[in-house]
Amino acid sequence: MNERTMKINLGPHHPSTHGVLRVVLELDGETVVDARPDIGFLHRGIEKLAEHRSYHQFIVLSDRLDYLAAMSNNLAYVTTIEKLVEIDIPRRARYIRVALAELQRIASHLFWLGTHAHDLGAMTPLFYMLREREAIMDIFESLTGSRLTPSFMRIGGLAADIDGNFIAAVKAFTATFADRADEYETLLTANPIWKSRTKGVGVLTTDECINLGVTGPMLRSAGNDWDIRKSHPYSSYEEFHFEIPTGRAGDVYDRYLVRIGEMRESAKIIRQAVDGLPAGPWQAKDARVFPEKKELNTNIAALIQHFGLVMEGFKVPPGEVYNSIESPRGELGFYIVSDGGARPLRLRVRPPSFVNLQGLVKMIRGKLLSDAVAVIGAIDIVLAEVDR
Amino acid sequence: MNVDLIMDNFGAGIAGVTTAHGEVTVRATRDILNPLLRFLKEDEEFACDFLTDLCGVDYLPASPRFQVVYHLYSLKHKHRLRVKVAVEESDPVVDSCISLWAGADWHERECFDLFGIIFKGHPNLQRILLPTDFAGHPLRKDFPLEGIKEQ
Repeated sequence: MNERTMKINLGPHHPSTHGVLRVVLELDGETVVDARPDIGFLHRGIEKLAEHRSYHQFIVLSDRLDYLAAMSNNLAYVTTIEKLVEIDIPRRARYIRVALAELQRIASHLFWLGTHAHDLGAMTPLFYMLREREAIMDIFESLTGSRLTPSFMRIGGLAADIDGNFIAAVKAFTATFADRADEYETLLTANPIWKSRTKGVGVLTTDECINLGVTGPMLRSAGNDWDIRKSHPYSSYEEFHFEIPTGRAGDVYDRYLVRIGEMRESAKIIRQAVDGLPAGPWQAKDARVFPEKKELNTNIAALIQHFGLVMEGFKVPPGEVYNSIESPRGELGFYIVSDGGARPLRLRVRPPSFVNLQGLVKMIRGKLLSDAVAVIGAIDIVLAEVDR
Repeated sequence: MNVDLIMDNFGAGIAGVTTAHGEVTVRATRDILNPLLRFLKEDEEFACDFLTDLCGVDYLPASPRFQVVYHLYSLKHKHRLRVKVAVEESDPVVDSCISLWAGADWHERECFDLFGIIFKGHPNLQRILLPTDFAGHPLRKDFPLEGIKEQ
């Protein structure tokens, strides 16, 4: 701080910070001399709460981590528990999970692009993006009863099987999505204002990303094609054909191109999942986790077990496990320590937004104030996940 | 991944290497923590270039009470490795690994904030999620879920 510079607060109540992020900027004219992100405004102690909830009860809390990608959170959480308990999931459930997670990825990227473009002065894309996102929200609502917080996945499978409308609605969506993505690109990809606001702005090289732990589209925009869906396939991603879009420059523009590419690939994955959807059960037949309802009227032991599972939750063998998935924002991981009881001893979320946001200072120091807005948008943070 | 190399290089400082659920856990003493992490990052056999995650665990009433857990990942070999360091309640200090990974900065601050573990050598070890005038470390097991007055 010297007599030439002044400090201003960007946020916590500012639309371009996408939530309650506060950045204390030290400015020399319009140049950012230094920046200090201040987070924690949305801290709800979810990791503490988890220690007082049964394993199934945490699913509703996982929705509230990254509220733009609740299905991904559900998936990351339940696959972690399934790894710890060692449950084998039926193929049909895995396919449905993939379809839902990829629909969520498209919805999340659409909302990101709409609001990000809006930050940079392009009003029109937001309306286009919300139109398609609304279609996905309608699909989620008809399937799960909820738009943002579906809580649809269960340890061992799903809350319910899909119904006939789901397949038709998803097919209708994927049939037109490639054309819609073309439409988005006509608005932005060659747009000179968009390019001048995003090209060469907020650059992070691959090495800088790795050193900071930055994952997801930000890492891929710098040229590294690491994607957990390919390197450590979960939920039968190995059975699907898709490409991993990468960029070269690692700037805001390439992050845009990577996410557009990812949406196109996601639409292909969803199509493969519903076309090749296997018949069969949609939850594991595992008496440790799921109560068998049909014996309840005749068998007292089954009734007691059912009561225990519902009231207390199921017990997880002692141990610890880390498991992660490729969420729309990067590596979303859960580290869970069990002491053998019905509640976790420790549940740690590895939130991609939290880690990626650390790159902010490096990206905006020495740049213009208006670039800071573009860079914050391009990280694609969800503060509910940053603060937990 | 040849985990015997870890024993060969840090024999006395390693309390054990275990594999469960396909995950390798190295339990180390805190004296060798930074040399071990540097070795895991730079040695060709491990090449753990990513610090995926860093967090604390409170094992109250066990002694030592806390564990600091590092999750490492290698882009080259596509493998993961977990390093755990035990810390006593009376002396909750470990060396900061910020010189190895810039990304450790916020993780260490969060671990300090929620567990009260001190990372020696961290340039700015302040609370990150909670207000600076908050008293206590909420992820400790003896911190109640409810009942603390509004700060």
